[in-house]
Amino acid sequence: MSVTAIDQILAFVRERYPQAEIDASQDIFALGFVNSLFAMELVMFVEKTFEVTIPNEELRIDNFRTADTMATLVARLAPDAAAA
Amino acid sequence: MTVIGVIGAGVMGVGVAQNLAATGHDVVLVDKDERTLADALATIRHNTRMSRLMGGPALDPDEVLSRITTAVGAAGAAKADLVIENVTENWDVKREVYETLDAECGPGTVFVVNTSAIPITKVGAVTGRPDRVIGVHFMNPVPAKPVVELIPGFHTSQETIERTEALLSAMGKKAVRVKDSSGFVSNRVLMLTVNEAAYLVHEGVADAASVDEVFRGCFGHPMGPLETADLIGVDTILYSVEVLYEHYADSKYRPCPLLKQMTDAGLHGRKSGRGFYTYDSN
Repeated sequence: MSVTAIDQILAFVRERYPQAEIDASQDIFALGFVNSLFAMELVMFVEKTFEVTIPNEELRIDNFRTADTMATLVARLAPDAAAA
Repeated sequence: MTVIGVIGAGVMGVGVAQNLAATGHDVVLVDKDERTLADALATIRHNTRMSRLMGGPALDPDEVLSRITTAVGAAGAAKADLVIENVTENWDVKREVYETLDAECGPGTVFVVNTSAIPITKVGAVTGRPDRVIGVHFMNPVPAKPVVELIPGFHTSQETIERTEALLSAMGKKAVRVKDSSGFVSNRVLMLTVNEAAYLVHEGVADAASVDEVFRGCFGHPMGPLETADLIGVDTILYSVEVLYEHYADSKYRPCPLLKQMTDAGLHGRKSGRGFYTYDSN
């Protein structure tokens, strides 16, 4: 799994929620201040940044809970993008 | 009921059309130009794709879109059995739409006014069918919000109330009935709260993130008032506050100058990419 993909995802989350101390394994939806609209922004960020189209069946909140799970999803969909 | 007309393909109209189509209704979605309608269909495709992620049902975008046709101009809803109108909260715009609908639609067609502030009785009065005009205040995002305010006007008939309740129930909505009064329950309170929150930012008492954090952290609200303003649309907030101000002639509804400036500057919230916060455009 790519450190780069995790870093890019973490940077995006931290930019939107600078008050939160978030690491790659933390469930960002369990922190209490992220709502489901942010999940949609995460999907768009991941699709744009890693140039992937996430299939409908993968659009589940469990795939977006942590930077780790998002990077795993990216690695599954586009191994090259995740490793870049 | 065979066809539901949805007038206005903005944030609310798109949500209503998606909700109707996703619950098996045939919809004709109407706006002033083709471009707006094309954008609306793209938004519905996007939103249905995201439905499960947002806590809703898993939806097939192609199936939902197959139930929606589009038309330019209010006359496009002429054959609808029931029309849900979602145009901007501006009386002159709404009046013109209702004059057209009243002339074009059959005498039995029910007109549902989706408004957050305009009195239903006033809308009924510009039509020849005030018994078939009723208000429903949908919340945003429409498919995700299970409760609406249902507002019969002065002349609204029992039959119209029952037809509307049946449709709402089929859409998965619970209706809370309130009397016809500008702003109803929700916006009498919400718009003043958002307006006062904007004053706090305008006066430099707190920035938007701090205002919202107080509401989330101290009161347990899922979203603060300024995030909510960005979701609803800063321009829509301004128009709603102006409608309350005009209707009650009470200075407590005076709109915050910051809302006016943001509206003029195009900082309309999520839909424009920037409001009290900045959003990644898609």
